[in-house]
Amino acid sequence: MSDFNIHYVARLARIALTPEEERTLGAQLDPILGYIAKLKEVDVAGVEPTAHAFPLVNVMRPDVVEPSLTQEEVLRNAPAHAGGLFIVPKIVD
Amino acid sequence: MLHRLTISQLTERLVRRDVSAREALAACLGQIERVDGQVKAFLSIDRADAEAQAGAADRELAAGITPAEKPLLGVPIALKDVLCHRGQPVGCASRILEGYISPYDATVVSKLQAAGAVVFGRLNMDEFAMGSSTENSAYWTTLNPWDTTRIPGGSSGGCAAAVASNEAFATIGSDTGGSIRQPAALCGCVGFKPTYGRVSRYGLVAFASSLDQIGPFTKDVRDAATLLGVISGHDRRDSTSLPEPVPDYRAALTGDSLKGLRIGVVKEFQIGGLDPGVDLAVKAAIANLEGLGAEIVEVSLPHSDYAAATYYIIAPAEASANLARFDGIRYGLRVDGPDPFELNCRTRGAGFGAEVKRRIILGTSVLSSGYHDAFYLRAQKVRTLIRKDFLDAFGKVDAIVSPTAPTAAFRVGEKSSDPLQMYLSDIFTISCNLAGICGLSMPCGFTGSPRLPVGLQLLGRPFGEETILRIAHAYEQATGWHREIAPLG
Repeated sequence: MSDFNIHYVARLARIALTPEEERTLGAQLDPILGYIAKLKEVDVAGVEPTAHAFPLVNVMRPDVVEPSLTQEEVLRNAPAHAGGLFIVPKIVD
Repeated sequence: MLHRLTISQLTERLVRRDVSAREALAACLGQIERVDGQVKAFLSIDRADAEAQAGAADRELAAGITPAEKPLLGVPIALKDVLCHRGQPVGCASRILEGYISPYDATVVSKLQAAGAVVFGRLNMDEFAMGSSTENSAYWTTLNPWDTTRIPGGSSGGCAAAVASNEAFATIGSDTGGSIRQPAALCGCVGFKPTYGRVSRYGLVAFASSLDQIGPFTKDVRDAATLLGVISGHDRRDSTSLPEPVPDYRAALTGDSLKGLRIGVVKEFQIGGLDPGVDLAVKAAIANLEGLGAEIVEVSLPHSDYAAATYYIIAPAEASANLARFDGIRYGLRVDGPDPFELNCRTRGAGFGAEVKRRIILGTSVLSSGYHDAFYLRAQKVRTLIRKDFLDAFGKVDAIVSPTAPTAAFRVGEKSSDPLQMYLSDIFTISCNLAGICGLSMPCGFTGSPRLPVGLQLLGRPFGEETILRIAHAYEQATGWHREIAPLG
């Protein structure tokens, strides 16, 4: 990843970094990216990927309404709410 | 010295009514008062809530409820700050979750309480379970009860330090790449990572969902078997939990002979860089196992050298997706901005610590357009090969033995400026999570000078918990390392 651009990736990850953090994190990520690139040595031709060690497919529960958290409980941890809604900055002018 | 009892010893005395659950809790709180100023394992404790639970346990004991019905009745057990406990804070030792109160119980917490446990206290950890020393906690570094100039390991460092200092009879943590076994090794207690899917992850704040598993820290192997029996089992709230029956794990602790068992030592783990004191203790332990009747066999895990690289692609990739939920909108910290995008960026920039940012950015890069196939997809394929290595090895042996960590507890600050070196301290533990198998760490002696605990790792087949418990119990009975008490114990 020689063209690794920390500023670009941090925006993708929605993390604001100070210029100082960009320098430190960028410098620390360099050897890590170099280290993980060693997987290029492995012959993976014809190998299926593993997403979970024990893949279970189509785990369903019965389609029945069950009790859940109340609106009050859900909003209790919200940084800003009013009238049963989360308050966010204006999105459309 | 009530606080030094194991769960099985405490339970006997509770049943005889020699001690009450309130006294057992008071013994923990007293020990915390004496030593936690130095160990710093606990982030917070709700005394009133704990005392109410202990009072309820005493009423049940008085009513004649037995350990057969409730195996943890009146036993104080503390939680890593990553597990939800209704009405209590859960913060993952992160600023971004400061003030967050759990609206529900994790399934393991419900199970502990149904078994009668007094669930109390929030234990320090590396932020979002990312780290090997607790130095990544947003609050403070927990210190090792054997030597307070050293780290307790991580990420569940608070769990291990609390058990080693006898501040709790047991604790519950999580293990994504070694976060139970490595701190258990460094603090000299028993730490168990069950098979993936054995224990429900419902109510565990997710780090890397295909690797995370919850497990206990205990003072001995019997207590690990007891707790594993309580917390295991299928849960319809976790679609990755497996519908396998839960055996009576204590019944696996049969006696002292290991005749008929084959235990593997891994050819590829015979690497340089192993601390000589660790090497000596583990070699002696392997000789003990042989003396107990086990046949020691060399096995090969040919892709071992790629496990760390595979892990440091898959775990950050999954973390970058899981931690997207911390957006400053619905819960947790909010740092305002002119629009939602800036609000997200500022909140996450202010709320996450350096290691969490590093891993999210690493994970985002390996998943980003143009890199996904070369890194993430390739890592998932290497994961298949690593898993196959283990399944092949378990065709020849019943368990695998190794050091848990390449060194004993290191000094505070020794590795914190070099993330890659820190990552490599998990070299013996991470492949277990990639393969989804079970593993434990138990005390197997000490390094010479300074005298620090050494951990022995036993790895077992998927759902092979009983076999490694049997081996661990026989070894423990033969050697007695678990009876050593830390200076702050």
